[in-house]
Amino acid sequence: MSAASVWRVHVPSDTAAASVGADEVAEAVARWTASHSGSGLALHRNGSRGAAWLEPLLEIDTPKGRLGFAQLSSADVPALLDQLSVELGRSDTPGLAHARCIGLVDEHPWFRMQQRLMFARAGRIDPLSIDEYRDTGGLAGLQRALQFDQSGIVQEVIDSGLRGRGGAAFPTGIKWRTVQQAAAASKYVVCNADEGDSGTFADRLLMEADPFRLIEGMVIAGLAVGAQQGYVYLRSEYPRTIRTFDAALQAARNAGLLGPRVLDSPHAFDIELRVGAGAYICGEETALLESLEGRRGQVRSKPPLPAIAGLFGCPTIINNVLTLAAVPDVLAQGAAHYAGFGVDRSRGTMPFQLAGNVAQGGLVELPFGITLRELIETFAGGTRSGRALRAVQVGGPLGAYLPSSQWDTPLGYEHFAGIGAMLGHGGIVLFDDTVNLGAMAQFAMEFCAIESCGKCTPCRIGSTRGVEVIQKLRRGENLRANWDLLGELCETMEFGSLCAMGGLTPLPVRSIMTHFTADLLAPSPADSRADAVASPDLVAEEVA
Amino acid sequence: MTHPASTFASAVQDGDELAVLHELFATFPSRAEYLLPLLHQVQARVGFVSHAATRAIAAHFNLSRAEVHGVVTFYHDFRDAPVGDTVVQLCMAEACRAVGCVDLEAHLAARRGAPLGEVIPKQRWHAEATYCLGNCALGPSLRIGETVYGRVTPERLDALLATHLGANTPGANAPSADTRNGGSAS
Repeated sequence: MSAASVWRVHVPSDTAAASVGADEVAEAVARWTASHSGSGLALHRNGSRGAAWLEPLLEIDTPKGRLGFAQLSSADVPALLDQLSVELGRSDTPGLAHARCIGLVDEHPWFRMQQRLMFARAGRIDPLSIDEYRDTGGLAGLQRALQFDQSGIVQEVIDSGLRGRGGAAFPTGIKWRTVQQAAAASKYVVCNADEGDSGTFADRLLMEADPFRLIEGMVIAGLAVGAQQGYVYLRSEYPRTIRTFDAALQAARNAGLLGPRVLDSPHAFDIELRVGAGAYICGEETALLESLEGRRGQVRSKPPLPAIAGLFGCPTIINNVLTLAAVPDVLAQGAAHYAGFGVDRSRGTMPFQLAGNVAQGGLVELPFGITLRELIETFAGGTRSGRALRAVQVGGPLGAYLPSSQWDTPLGYEHFAGIGAMLGHGGIVLFDDTVNLGAMAQFAMEFCAIESCGKCTPCRIGSTRGVEVIQKLRRGENLRANWDLLGELCETMEFGSLCAMGGLTPLPVRSIMTHFTADLLAPSPADSRADAVASPDLVAEEVA
Repeated sequence: MTHPASTFASAVQDGDELAVLHELFATFPSRAEYLLPLLHQVQARVGFVSHAATRAIAAHFNLSRAEVHGVVTFYHDFRDAPVGDTVVQLCMAEACRAVGCVDLEAHLAARRGAPLGEVIPKQRWHAEATYCLGNCALGPSLRIGETVYGRVTPERLDALLATHLGANTPGANAPSADTRNGGSAS
């Protein structure tokens, strides 16, 4: 091989990849290249593509594209690199015969069957290289936004049909228009990166793999409404993400993407990173604002909406990471292109996250509209335990547990609302047939009790009462009375709580009451683990 | 604007509460919005936020002690008493429950001789539940210090504890052989 060609060996620097040994793999690559000068191989840290099940996924540049080596350990590295360095000059696809080789990564079915917009760049670039970001289409959205006036940007976002990806699915452009039209000396753009829902990791993945996309989206939001200051509220449970994003902010300032003259335009915009402190409720937008202002993360009453009186009482755009990260594509490709994806009023793509007891877990970005069953059958590869799949929780800890009879529901906001469930942030947690859903219903209430901000009585007291009542049901005590009490308690929480925490905790509980009744009424009877045993008649019989 | 914490260069020894506080007061503006960033620094460098620190912090921000105490006790990250140098957090949220974190919880509690979250006086390390480390496709997940580990089995948990806490570790209550075997068999 000529001395001029350098073949990059990509090893992800992401939390999930590192959690199963990617840093050790990278160290092994660095040690090997240090002792083989002239090999033509050089270590390059990329973000993760989100195929958690393939991690650590090492990729190497070849003339045909990137070749992947999956689930690699540091012990595998020296022999692999020995082999690659010998074959590099002779073959277009060196190492293809290696036991861990998964072929060309772009052609791997798990990636090929996705339609990636937001995560198109994830795993391909060094997340902290603004040059690599620009070379792969980055900043095109901002460049186009700079040619519009405020209303023009807002109109593009409205026309795209983009809705809030944090869970509430409010139309993003409408929120922006409210902030844009509010008269105020100061306005703010706040990014909600308090991704607390179990089963979700898309925000984290994006911020570690493609952080400039989020920064670009926030700058565009600032332009759209005339805000000069942004805040990212990032949870403390993501220590590696904090380091990566902090470094990305610094790189963005150095490159003139942030600062007094954004990309040499007359517009100023900067972003401050704030770290949460372990309170789930701060993912609720008004609690987040309280926390940013230095107080306990207690939910505010609405109105006023944050768009009118948000951070420090000023008009504030507050959007989830994925919402803001979708904006550069909307501006770069145009609203019609983005709106061309999806189904009904769910436009664009959604990063679904396959999690829990799953063989092939990770991030799957697809247009809305695929059914849950298709998604699972195409991508999940069954449960990790190899046992039968029994229940799927969609939408985080406040989402419903779905039995197989509901898996044919298309993944869209209204479609899920129609079956008493919600899409939320796109987390999909699989459970095999060993799960006791009575225990999960109890945990839903326990979690609410731990994380309630305490402002509303139905949430603060109701969650503790919920735990007690479910415990009684699971012990078989006074079933009829406690069953009815649990139903009433759920209703009180739904209608009497200010925010989604108390209001939606009944969602998983009710789904278990309806579809997995037997699990609630007895402590894990092995013979009751069939789907759809639920019916009021059954309860009536059991309690008669 | 640069985050004060990210440019912060320390001249004093971590753990010296008063010195750390004075250094932080010189760095953070006295607006209440900087209360959480300051508390994170105190927590990281002193290990906890003492009642004396609460008093001084309240004075710096022109808040009442009740307000600062309210914030310290609201957020799970902040502690008003020391818990040991190394904090082990086991994810106990839904996705990790789907892959057996409840069994790991029992294993970890046995290694410690105390339930998760219970502070053992003068113990070098602390273990507690957390709710989601964002590693939900590779659970069960565990955090030790600033590092997240995935696909944690009882054996891997034992190995990680040994690595982070030293060879002859887990703490005051050395586990019996039965505990270890029981854990690895599950």
